[in-house]
Amino acid sequence: MGAQKKKDAARVPEGLSRQRLQAIVIADSFNTRFRPLTLERPKVLLPLVNIPMIDYTLAWLESAGIDEIFVFCCAHSLQLIDHLKKSQWCSLVRTIVSHKSTSVGDALRYIYEQQHTETSQIQGDFVLVSGDTVSNMPLAELIREHRERKKRDEKAIMTMVIKKQCSRLRLGSDQLFVAVDPVTKQLLYYNEGGEVCLDKSLVLDTSVLVCNDVKDCYIDICSPEVLSLFEDNFDYQHLRRHFVKGLLVDDIMGYKIFTHEVHSSCYAARIDNLRSYDTVSKDIIQRWTYPYVPDISFSGNHPLKLGRRGMYRASDAVQSRSADIGASTVIGYGTRIGNGGKIFNSVIGNGCSIGSNVVIQGSYIWNNVTIEDGCEIRNAVVCDGVKIRAGAVLQPGVVLSFNVVVGRDFVVPAYSKVSLLQQAIKDDSDEELEYAYSSRGTADLLSGVNNLQMESKASELGPDGAGYIWEVFDSSHDEEWWKHSIVPIPMEKLADITQVTDDGDIEDESVVPPRGELKSDNDSISTDANDPNDDDYGYFQREVRETFLRAVEEDNNVDHVTPLINSLRFSYNMASADCAGAIFYSMMRLAVDSPHNSTSELYRNATSIINKSKGLLGFYVKQIDEQIEVIMKFEEMCEETAELVPLFAQIVHFLYDKDVVQEDAILRWGEEKAGADESDKVYLNQCEAFIQWLKEASEEEEDEEDS
Amino acid sequence: MPDVQSMVAEFVNKLRKRKIEGSQATAKCTVELLRSVISHQRVPHANQAAALIDAVKAVGQQLVAANPVELAVGNVVRRVLHIIREEDLSLTTAAMAGLDLLDASDDDDIDNCKGIGYPAMSAAVVAAAARSTLRPPSLQTLLEGTPESATVPYTSSSGADSESKTADKSSLTRKLKHDVIEGVNQLIQEISGCHEQIAEQAIEHIHQNEVILTLGSSRTVLEFLCAAKEKKRSFRVFVAEGAPRYQGHLLAKELVARGLQTTVITDSAVFAMISRVNMVIIGAHAVMANGGVIGPVGVNMAALAAKKHAVPFVVLAGSHKLCPLYPHNPEVLLNELRSPSELLDFGEFSDCLDFGAGSGSLQVVNPTFDYVPPNLVSLFITDTGGHNPSYMYRLIADYYSADDLVM
Repeated sequence: MGAQKKKDAARVPEGLSRQRLQAIVIADSFNTRFRPLTLERPKVLLPLVNIPMIDYTLAWLESAGIDEIFVFCCAHSLQLIDHLKKSQWCSLVRTIVSHKSTSVGDALRYIYEQQHTETSQIQGDFVLVSGDTVSNMPLAELIREHRERKKRDEKAIMTMVIKKQCSRLRLGSDQLFVAVDPVTKQLLYYNEGGEVCLDKSLVLDTSVLVCNDVKDCYIDICSPEVLSLFEDNFDYQHLRRHFVKGLLVDDIMGYKIFTHEVHSSCYAARIDNLRSYDTVSKDIIQRWTYPYVPDISFSGNHPLKLGRRGMYRASDAVQSRSADIGASTVIGYGTRIGNGGKIFNSVIGNGCSIGSNVVIQGSYIWNNVTIEDGCEIRNAVVCDGVKIRAGAVLQPGVVLSFNVVVGRDFVVPAYSKVSLLQQAIKDDSDEELEYAYSSRGTADLLSGVNNLQMESKASELGPDGAGYIWEVFDSSHDEEWWKHSIVPIPMEKLADITQVTDDGDIEDESVVPPRGELKSDNDSISTDANDPNDDDYGYFQREVRETFLRAVEEDNNVDHVTPLINSLRFSYNMASADCAGAIFYSMMRLAVDSPHNSTSELYRNATSIINKSKGLLGFYVKQIDEQIEVIMKFEEMCEETAELVPLFAQIVHFLYDKDVVQEDAILRWGEEKAGADESDKVYLNQCEAFIQWLKEASEEEEDEEDS
Repeated sequence: MPDVQSMVAEFVNKLRKRKIEGSQATAKCTVELLRSVISHQRVPHANQAAALIDAVKAVGQQLVAANPVELAVGNVVRRVLHIIREEDLSLTTAAMAGLDLLDASDDDDIDNCKGIGYPAMSAAVVAAAARSTLRPPSLQTLLEGTPESATVPYTSSSGADSESKTADKSSLTRKLKHDVIEGVNQLIQEISGCHEQIAEQAIEHIHQNEVILTLGSSRTVLEFLCAAKEKKRSFRVFVAEGAPRYQGHLLAKELVARGLQTTVITDSAVFAMISRVNMVIIGAHAVMANGGVIGPVGVNMAALAAKKHAVPFVVLAGSHKLCPLYPHNPEVLLNELRSPSELLDFGEFSDCLDFGAGSGSLQVVNPTFDYVPPNLVSLFITDTGGHNPSYMYRLIADYYSADDLVM
């Protein structure tokens, strides 16, 4: 180790003029979004406009002046190594294989460990990208900037590339919020997806630039310290979620991350899901990625000819005169297209044969696919070797994995994923699954296929089909399946989401302008502080309710429950008014949920519960404000549960009787509500008589005191 | 040899990735590469020329395939092939003459000077005959008569005769290679000197107080204008900016630095300004065999405007830009579509490119070149002088062998 360092030190002065540039390409996504395709082929070898994804990344890195590229392979490493050996980059690329890694963190740790054993090693700053990056941005400037900054400031270990972008839906990625120091470009805050929780000091500092209209390109210039940081913090898995957040939040050794906003004329995108696969393919066809476009042979591929209206055609593609081939279409080598076909906005690979009267729209047909007469394919991904028998229909969003056969006249339902491999029984450790499959080897796989063909009569894809339809069981994906699917986002969803974002924008605009400096007036801070709390409050309320129910079931007395609720209160950072609201909410819920036939019965339930736990509630409603909160909460609940509406006045009265709520609180509530809308006054009107009575009573009291 | 191969691979790579820009730079790189290919090529005893031609052709095909849009590559490869054929021809004729000469006087110089010696005459006749069978005689040859053309191959081979009276094959081989490399060196000089050659003629074309319009940026045009300026001509230059790459801005900067009166206009203002212009001068990307011009995008518009107002439209082109192909030839890719990001800001327009097939999506087309038909061109100025568009095919016949048109 010591000798190593000396060697390095000796190398530095001579290397100052021209340091070798190195890059690490992580050729595995460590997620399951491309299932079932990734069971049979590594994601980075999936063809993107007929060229494997990783070729785009390598071609870009090479032309950006990188001298040595380390490709980290994990799943299906043999296929990948084979591909790299055959490619024109074999002299440039070194492969690092580890099957045990399940995350980027593991990969970097492995690379760090290997450094001391292998001759090849990371000698200085390196570029860290994933193998599915498509870009044409120049890196030289960026690396120079990083090095200069590093010279000035030892702690600047990473430069992250961000890019301005309007719509996050384009690539189906999550909303990104970053805070950047506009002068030094230091990254101060990073949040992708989830709720935004800005530090108050950030909001108060007027000079900080907070923006949500940028995209993270996942292109980083890192110093060697990054590797050792991963080594030191063995729990870092995800580069952004753990490493960046760790550096920003925990402030490890004062290391800093900087950002570089690329000029918008450069293209940079990462293929993270099928949605971005679709978008990036279209961008390539539209030539935004120039010079990495199909009619230029940048990776030793045969260039296609570019015709009118953005049609790329191989010189030997055979096409019937009556076939109608629309704009922005790519047709690969040796492909034949029959009579009367209609092909729009699609990419068709090499060696495909397409029968007569086939409709293909917005789809990606890979190599050696056979499509028989009269099929209809819309917004689908069809992998190598698939056979689609005559008259079959693929509804939007279908993904057909390798060598699947779709039976005659069979309709594959929308958004289904079909593979020859059976879907594994639900397994929590998703990541390991992929490696289990890959290690099983092709022999197993083939036998599986044979079995399948034998029992093909019982296939799920029609009498002469072969393949299993996968269920989408991942609930987290389920919510947003439309966001990651290859189908253009459905109109109604689009309307929903734009409405949501519009609403968000309106809210944001008062607080956080999309781009610009923050005003630190009081309003903005208070709303900003409340914003994240809203959701927190939901969780808090749920937990309080659960605690309360448990307490009721076990008949615990007040003394036991209060500490529990107090601890919840502190962990969620809630006021005691919030606690009072939550407890009251739990009580009324319980009352509503317990069996009852009429409103009077419900009332009885409620009163008994209030009677039982008024001690607990009383603990939190010592102040008038807290009592008002209880009444407001009750109002809210009535809105949700119609059953409670007629009981409003009665229960308030009951609360008053039991000294949970004092008359001042009720009167104050009445005053507050007096100015509200008519619709809001429903409950106030109900209580009119009661309030009147209270007023009179208090006047009498006063009178008595006066006299 | 592997050394050459790696050089070829590297250059092919550069061409593919569009890393070399400008036809002069490309032409120069190509010809230098070919020179090293030739010098490293082992030549068999028999049929040396064919071996060289095959080697050059093989490399040439790779280069052309790497970037078919850059026609200068193909032109230079064909020029080199032509040089090999010429040298081979002159050597064989000289060898034949040498055999005849065996009995004749040793002193070639005297023969040569007199130009009337029977054997020398016969060699010249053979050479001329051989040439005429290979390709149509150039106009120059016709005009200047046989004696000139006869002496040229003869002098070039005179050394060979004195050295190897026995017509030794191996020395002949060395000779051929040597001569070819000489010829290629001349070509290199010609390419690198084409700017000066063209600029020398500036004074004949640009007159006092004229207004010149140009479009985009071309080194040739810059040198041409500056040469006229150096000769104390005072004139004004309008530079159309050449969207979307705006190279006209760079040209304007250079011109002002050299002390010319320069005005930058938008491309769309060309028609409005053309009535005040005395001459349009542009640099070509390539000149086709029919006299059509491939130039930066927008050139056709300028040419049409010039035609409408009867303003002379002058095209400057070094000889490496003369392409023996016709624009209707399917082999010729006339255009290259570059990234739309030169036109639009991707970030701002990403919304319009969204959501695919359903709603209408935005398409951006960014062609690099324009084609100007020959009838719109008034004059070509090459390093050999000014020519009419209809004369281009003759000029091309001088530079290229018919055998090489299809590589």
